[in-house]
Amino acid sequence: MKVLVTVKRVIDPYVKVRVKSDGTGVETANIKMTMNPFCEIAVEQAVRMKEAGVVSEIVVLSIGPQQCQETLRTAMAMGADRGILVETGAAEVQPLAVAKLAKAVIDKEQPKLVITGKQAIDDDSNQTGQMLAALLGWPQATFISKIDVAGDGAEVTREVDGGLEKLTIKLPAVVTSDLRLNEPRYVTLPNIMKAKKKPLEVLKPEALGVDITPRLKTLKVEEPAKRSAGVKVGDVKELIAKLKNEARVI
Amino acid sequence: MGVLVVAEHEAGKLKPGVTNTITAATQLDGDVTVLVVGKQGADAAQAAAKVAGVKKVLVSEAPHYEGSAGENVAALVQGIAPQYTHVLAAASAYGKNIMPRVAALLDVQQISDITAVQDADTFVRPTYAGNAMATVQSSDKLKVITVRATAFDPAGEQAAAPVETLARGPDLGLSQFKGAELSKSERPELTAARIIVSGGRGMGSAENFKILETLADKLGAAVGASRAAVDSGFMPNEYQVGQTGKIVAPELYIAVGISGAIQHLAGMKDSKVIVAINKDAEAPIFSVANYWLVEDLFKAVPEITKELS
Repeated sequence: MKVLVTVKRVIDPYVKVRVKSDGTGVETANIKMTMNPFCEIAVEQAVRMKEAGVVSEIVVLSIGPQQCQETLRTAMAMGADRGILVETGAAEVQPLAVAKLAKAVIDKEQPKLVITGKQAIDDDSNQTGQMLAALLGWPQATFISKIDVAGDGAEVTREVDGGLEKLTIKLPAVVTSDLRLNEPRYVTLPNIMKAKKKPLEVLKPEALGVDITPRLKTLKVEEPAKRSAGVKVGDVKELIAKLKNEARVI
Repeated sequence: MGVLVVAEHEAGKLKPGVTNTITAATQLDGDVTVLVVGKQGADAAQAAAKVAGVKKVLVSEAPHYEGSAGENVAALVQGIAPQYTHVLAAASAYGKNIMPRVAALLDVQQISDITAVQDADTFVRPTYAGNAMATVQSSDKLKVITVRATAFDPAGEQAAAPVETLARGPDLGLSQFKGAELSKSERPELTAARIIVSGGRGMGSAENFKILETLADKLGAAVGASRAAVDSGFMPNEYQVGQTGKIVAPELYIAVGISGAIQHLAGMKDSKVIVAINKDAEAPIFSVANYWLVEDLFKAVPEITKELS
């Protein structure tokens, strides 16, 4: 079966982001970019399913500027077979538009399973997978930590607030990866070289007939309120005294 | 027109975060209606009717709403949403699963995890793990919103508002609930706890979390964990506090053996009082702590438990 995995290019999660002084957004110039960690988990899952003989082809899809080609190459170095970039240039593309573009690609590609990350660590929206499932009219299993495909369905385990939830879903379906689904592999140099030769198709949003005009206008971006400076305590006794008498929380 | 709140519940009780979401809803113009869907919904509906600010409660029960039932609940909400100006739910695993599906079905760009209501169209939401607070204005006619519960006070009580039965929506038959494995604990739920004792990679093993549990029991606290501790297999994911786990803001948060990665700080830095215990004097967690102690946690934690006895 064919699997389609979406990958997003984001600011490296270990970089401390800085809000621009004019309040229009965050600094992105000369900042290290990487594949969104949950998308890496999604790609890894597809590759493992291919290694297990469940999946025959892995298509990776990215939506964003031309540089997303690097992200797609990384996914192909991990084991994806080919890439598709919907090139949107510098325009901001919000989750609903991303889901519409992905749907247009999926209508053509007809995969049996779509795996997305549960959340991108830049805008923290946690929307695209669910929206995509809605637009396709497909089942959704969000925040999954396990998936077993069997025939025309799949058994999945979801991470919910109180623990785990088990579902069976019909295929085709959209699933979104949570942290414990797997641990993504490191890409090796020979695989990076091989990935350069894999096919990568570039599409334009207009060609897919999707209007990507943002519905949310960002009026301003600010740094969060800072916490006032704390104090170092010398030992446990002093700590407990402070908590009892100063903070009065115990 | 009015505001609809989709309420999560379990065993006939509203989940923590629902009353905070109702507070957010009352900051918008319009009567607040609460929708309760699923098993034992009638009991939860009675509870919702007594939350201050609620004008009406709708309850819909059907076997096809068992579990989180994202597709079926979204279809039900889609059917009634056009009668409202805003549809809100807490940004819990339940709300995060359902609401984007509702939004896409209605061709709406959802506004996730809001921390403030500025007016009917304008909201504040954290991005980049809470390091950039964005004020966004929606051009959609109907707004679909998830609410960061810790940013709003829980609503008080009132004399019960009327409860009405809502006809069940379609069973789409796309997925089937097969059961849940919920962690059983006598301790308070993480998102509702007044005190949280949280451990990180520095705990070293699952076994070592016992010393935190002993301290937590002494304080009547919940136990949490950093992503690093979850990644290392010390604790299950539902204990995770952080950008990609649970967002908490208790009165007291005690971070033990947690270095303070951006992703962890995102989940706890709005706690009222933060205590950090770490043997590394340079740990970034100290930058958000009210009180910090540079000491070996295996010495400090049992000593705190002993001092409190």
